[in-house]
Amino acid sequence: MPRLTTATAVLALCAAPALAQEKSAVLTTYADIGQAVYSDSLTTAKALKAAVKDLIASPSEASLTAARAAWVTARVPYQQSEAFRFGNAIVDEWEGRVNAWPLDEGLIDYVDADYGGATDENLYAALNVIANPSFRLSGGEIDASDITPKFLAETLHEADGVEANVATGYHAIEFLLWGQDLNGTAHGAGDRPYTDFAAGVSCTNDHCDRRGDYLMAAVDLLIEDLDWMANQWGQSGAARTTLSDNPEAGIAAILTGMGSLSYGEQAGERMKLGVMLNDPEEEHDCFSDNTHNSHFYDGLGIRNVYFGEYVGIDGRVVTGKSLSALVAAADPSVDGDLRAALDHTMAELGQLKAAAEAGFSYDQMLARGNAEGEATIMAAVDALVAQTRHIERAVAALRLEDVGFEGSNSLDDPGAVFQ
Amino acid sequence: MAPECHAQIITDIAQAEKGLTMRRTSAKPMILRATLLSALIVIAGGAALAEAPRASADALTAPFLNVIPRTAEEAARIARVTAAPADFTAPEPFEDNPAGGATVRARSDADAFSQPPGNISFERELDFKVGNGLFRKLWVSSPSSTLASDGLGPIYNARSCQRCHLKDGRGHPPEGSEDSAASMFLRVSVPAKKAVVASKIEAFLLSLGDTRQHSRPDPVYGGQLQDFGVLGHPAEYRLAVTWEEVAVPLQGGVARLRHPTWRAADLGYGPLAEGAMLSPRVAPQMIGLGLLEAIPAQDILAHTDPEDSDGDGISGRPQILWSFEFDRPMLGRFGWKAGAATIREQSASAFAGDIGISTPLFPAPWGDCTEAQATCRAAPHGDGDERGTEVDREGLDLVTFYSRNLGVPARRDTGSPPVLNGKRVFHEAGCASCHVPKFVTDRLEGQPEQSFQLIWPFTDLLLHDMGEGLADHRPEGRATGREWKTPPLWGIGLTPQVNGHSYYLHDGRARSLLEAVLWHGGEAQPARDHVAQVTPRDRADLIRYLESL
Repeated sequence: MPRLTTATAVLALCAAPALAQEKSAVLTTYADIGQAVYSDSLTTAKALKAAVKDLIASPSEASLTAARAAWVTARVPYQQSEAFRFGNAIVDEWEGRVNAWPLDEGLIDYVDADYGGATDENLYAALNVIANPSFRLSGGEIDASDITPKFLAETLHEADGVEANVATGYHAIEFLLWGQDLNGTAHGAGDRPYTDFAAGVSCTNDHCDRRGDYLMAAVDLLIEDLDWMANQWGQSGAARTTLSDNPEAGIAAILTGMGSLSYGEQAGERMKLGVMLNDPEEEHDCFSDNTHNSHFYDGLGIRNVYFGEYVGIDGRVVTGKSLSALVAAADPSVDGDLRAALDHTMAELGQLKAAAEAGFSYDQMLARGNAEGEATIMAAVDALVAQTRHIERAVAALRLEDVGFEGSNSLDDPGAVFQ
Repeated sequence: MAPECHAQIITDIAQAEKGLTMRRTSAKPMILRATLLSALIVIAGGAALAEAPRASADALTAPFLNVIPRTAEEAARIARVTAAPADFTAPEPFEDNPAGGATVRARSDADAFSQPPGNISFERELDFKVGNGLFRKLWVSSPSSTLASDGLGPIYNARSCQRCHLKDGRGHPPEGSEDSAASMFLRVSVPAKKAVVASKIEAFLLSLGDTRQHSRPDPVYGGQLQDFGVLGHPAEYRLAVTWEEVAVPLQGGVARLRHPTWRAADLGYGPLAEGAMLSPRVAPQMIGLGLLEAIPAQDILAHTDPEDSDGDGISGRPQILWSFEFDRPMLGRFGWKAGAATIREQSASAFAGDIGISTPLFPAPWGDCTEAQATCRAAPHGDGDERGTEVDREGLDLVTFYSRNLGVPARRDTGSPPVLNGKRVFHEAGCASCHVPKFVTDRLEGQPEQSFQLIWPFTDLLLHDMGEGLADHRPEGRATGREWKTPPLWGIGLTPQVNGHSYYLHDGRARSLLEAVLWHGGEAQPARDHVAQVTPRDRADLIRYLESL
């Protein structure tokens, strides 16, 4: 079955008017969830900003702990939004600014002496912007005396085209709050001292003021980006109208988002690769050791868009006509199996989360020869893989499988493909 | 991954080709071309090399592909659909999708070259994503606690594939004396002593009476210069370049070209051998490679014309090299001089030469270090754990899958009048003689993404004399020091968006598409002169057309 894309789903599908209305209703629920989940992400990012402000104004063990807690909270809605990424071009082209990983943290701040080195070919991997108010980039002199959101987004992010030069988003903020996790596959997260943000002689590791500036700029930029995205899902926002303009393509977009996130992105790149390499560098939230939550809420986000139900940060429930109901109308057994598969995934991800919260952290699970850890992660991977099979069946039940580049051989169709 | 595999640098079988050609002077050129390859196969499978397996034409050119033979009806349809356009008032059918079903939406950001093909399944998207993880992975020096990630170097050009293949697009020359050279490097070789036969392909050619002088890696530096070393190992060199600007007159204007002189400065292991030949190489873009691999060899050979029998001034010679993986001669397709036959060998050689990472295909853990670099060879390496080589078979397969599957973005503005006019200029100038627009790939079992797609890569995958201006004077296999493989043009218009620059050609000397065109010489001189002589409007439209690819 070809992967579906919104751009190409335009080609086929003629539905009866009643069905078309149902599809519109499903898309309204989907867009409402999108609006809620990005709004919640924005709200929690603003709370993160307040905590970061507090940390910078009065650095202490308590204010650092509070800022870290605010970051963990902010991840809860954001990760649930990831089901919107694949399938919605507007999200996919924006996502790299807010959630890019893994990153060469030496670009941003001091790192352990074993990290990189003077002969490293990524000059920027050990650039340390916080310590260097000016530096050379691609042969030109860069003024970094003011660390602003604009500077991070337009100059530093993906400097020189190197994808590891991640300067913005959740993971850059995570690094500034936790620091490097130097425990390898042993227990323990990053352990940055609060004095890294202290003023005057109390400042550790130098340039505390610039470190605070960087952290604040990164949070401000995150808020700016989330605010923009939340608006795209509003009543007249582009993300929403793109879907409503073509309901068939919109339904395909929901399933594409579910399938691509489940299989390739989460089961593959974020989970299986780490197990394959036994490398904690492949851990998604490697500074904070919050990876179990990131995976758990990603899974929940996939479930949300299928069940047509999202429980917001204040307990408010967004619900409506669901994709599940649409599939059930076409084939109840497919719907039943997919619901069960999504629930099973949540159980497996829940077990992974439970083990991690009980002290068996995700990087420990990745250790070479740790059979229990591998089994815990791979059970969730298998569940994600299994649910994708049922997502494919749902695509077939809704007769969406012929949608795509392979769908047409008509010469007057500009999207046609020779077969 | 880097452009080419020095280990596969083979030699020239022009003599063999000539001999075969001469015996068939009465045959029509097309038949002649088709028989060339089968003649080679017979020789390869027969007395010349007893250990080489007997093979059919398909097996010789792509023994790892499971090809479903074409029917006569398909062949006729393919001939119709790949015919040259006669009408430039509207786009051709299927023109919007240069990779057929593998085409991807043209994103408006720097990730336009980094997408899985539009026709991939969710299941195979997982392999693509895991392969991408390995492609961007930063390798670390040995010993390290992360056993699966160590093995870097000891000397290297880059710590990850992605570091040179920036955003899966093309690399660039250093912007200034302090800029890193990490997305390009220098190949090096020296002329071989006569009568020393060092490889199977040389033995094979010798048996055909080819006594041409071959080349060898530098005895100290190997086949490629690495500009980084892990702690305790000096880098081999620093890439240095000086530019010289020259004015080039055009109809209704003037262009300025910058001519590079490349040098290996700050040599870390003494002088290069006498007669050392250097060749600068920028990392090429990664899109559509699996589709190029799936073009039937006979369709590529159909464009060869080594003796220029049609008198158009364009020859076109296939690179034929010895495949390490399949232990037989194969058609070269990848790299600036087509020095690799398969994406897998290309990937493995880049792991070895560029990153110093061993694979089952090239198992030496020290990469390109020679015997003369004893400290490098004796240093700790990353192999010897349960994976065997530093990257195991599974890892190499995943990187190969990723590299095979990067989607080609859809065309933009195919129907706009300037683009259509530019297309007319492209064809009238003769660009399409080498930058062959269309092919149809083989039907392949097990590779639905590449199977039977009408593709628009704008390359014939053949070697052409490009004149003195572009010559590197360093032969590689069958390619002379003046020859280069026609590079594909698909996606080229998105280079500024993906890579933030507009540097083209093998060493990035051209600062715009027009400069790249104006550097063409040798067989392409008439086409270049045509472009220089058309009106400024037509020239601008030609560039608009290239930007729409």
